[in-house]
Amino acid sequence: MDKKYFVSSSPHVFANDSIPKIMYTVVLALVPAGIGAIYYFGPRALWIILIAIVSAVATEALLQKLMKRSLTAWDGSAILTGLLLAYNVAPSVPLWMPAVGSFFAIAVGKMVFGGLGYNPMNPALLGRAFLLASWPTHMTIFTDAVPRGGTVSGIDMMTNATPLNVLKSAQGILANPQQFTPEQTREAGEAIGKLYDSLDKLFMGQIGGCIGETSVILLLIGAAYLMYKRYIGWKVPFTFIGTVALLSWIFGGTEGLFTGNPIFHILSGGLILGAFYMATDMVTSPVTFRGRLYFGIGCGMITFVIRRIGGYPEGVSYSILLMNLLTPLLDRWTRPKVFGGRKKNE
Amino acid sequence: MSVVHEFTKGFYKQNPVFKQALGLCPTLAVSNSVESALGMGAAATFVLLCSNFIISLIRKIVPAKIRIPIYIVVIATFVTIVDLAMAGFLPALHKTLGIFVPLIVVNCIILGRAEAYAGKNNVGLSIVDGLGMGLGFTCALLLLGAIREFLGNGSLLGIPILSANFEPVLIMILPPGAFLTIGFVLGFFNWLENRRAK
Repeated sequence: MDKKYFVSSSPHVFANDSIPKIMYTVVLALVPAGIGAIYYFGPRALWIILIAIVSAVATEALLQKLMKRSLTAWDGSAILTGLLLAYNVAPSVPLWMPAVGSFFAIAVGKMVFGGLGYNPMNPALLGRAFLLASWPTHMTIFTDAVPRGGTVSGIDMMTNATPLNVLKSAQGILANPQQFTPEQTREAGEAIGKLYDSLDKLFMGQIGGCIGETSVILLLIGAAYLMYKRYIGWKVPFTFIGTVALLSWIFGGTEGLFTGNPIFHILSGGLILGAFYMATDMVTSPVTFRGRLYFGIGCGMITFVIRRIGGYPEGVSYSILLMNLLTPLLDRWTRPKVFGGRKKNE
Repeated sequence: MSVVHEFTKGFYKQNPVFKQALGLCPTLAVSNSVESALGMGAAATFVLLCSNFIISLIRKIVPAKIRIPIYIVVIATFVTIVDLAMAGFLPALHKTLGIFVPLIVVNCIILGRAEAYAGKNNVGLSIVDGLGMGLGFTCALLLLGAIREFLGNGSLLGIPILSANFEPVLIMILPPGAFLTIGFVLGFFNWLENRRAK
């Protein structure tokens, strides 16, 4: 019999999308940012990306074999996890770290819960959180991004703080001026001014940071393609970024309310990467309309609170992980009314 | 009901941590190194042994309605002894374990054994049961402590095992590492049990 003849109950909707198709499209959308990373950070970035992907696919294949499940390691989801994990580590990490991170992401982030579709949290971000908690020194030393011919060893790199690191320490000085010399306070103010003047560099990606998060323009090209293909919606990324922008405009400044620089906060750190590619993960974000709005707003609020008050300079990854855990509750809370149904208390 | 069985059931068949999932709070909190795991296990074993002994002695004169407060007073007495003795003789260990020594009072393994066993059985069996359960708890702590210290610090009992090139997985000696480890160890024991049942 013709295999395309299905007998099934309603709804009779046919979608041409499959898991591999969606996953490989997202991978494709992330390619420009990867090329940008290799251009800015040298060939070492390519090694890290390749190692992370190979480790992710190998881990998934191995565990599926051990768990006696059908082998779906090539459906693209493991490749995507590896790729996103590589984008979330600093370019100067030792080469075994992306391998260990990918292993943790797939093994503990996904396969332990039953594989793709059952993972409560974004595996790549869980891998990043694991690496950050385990080897904080490697994960927080960033190299400056300047175009280079590059050597494979990457010894010629210069370490440099990320813009958010600079902002955090400068704001720390400005918040307690009496503890520092006037010289230091003046320098801190100048550092912030310099950051706000370098928005074009932030947009292009010529800054220190994780491998895939720096170049906003290249990430946006991929995101626009995904939106055109309707693989990611507008609700989560726009509410996420909008919340961060609004809060940083109101509370982000050093001279009182409404003096913050929202553009700086949008362009710096991993916000664009997180909002478009990781918060929109189909498995770990809500399915309802209102749920997605709340999800984005929650991510934005947690991100800003961590950036402004918390111990880390950047909070995108933790905000997404925390909201991932709230996703089942958000879905239950915002369950739409059944068409034609009645409210309970009527 | 043989004496041998009463002693050995605490190690595997009814292991308080891996089979009954009791006393998880101290298990998670102090299993970040072999040394603190040993200290905690010894303290809990002593308290369990003594409280089981006293409670089974007085089980016939304790009114059923107020037995829990009486058990708690008995347990608290021995915990106080352990706490003061440890502070006197092993101040460094006492400092590492911190609040978790006084918290043995509310450890549900000890109250659980008092309620489920010592309150119903004779003195000899209760002592054997307390010793077996206490040692089983110590073994569980040691297993978790060894895994976590090995991965998170590259050492066992403070002695470096791995070469200096090994960069320890810091998360394993932090609180998340406790949850990860116990999750995998529990999963392993369940898997073992399932295989046996087949």
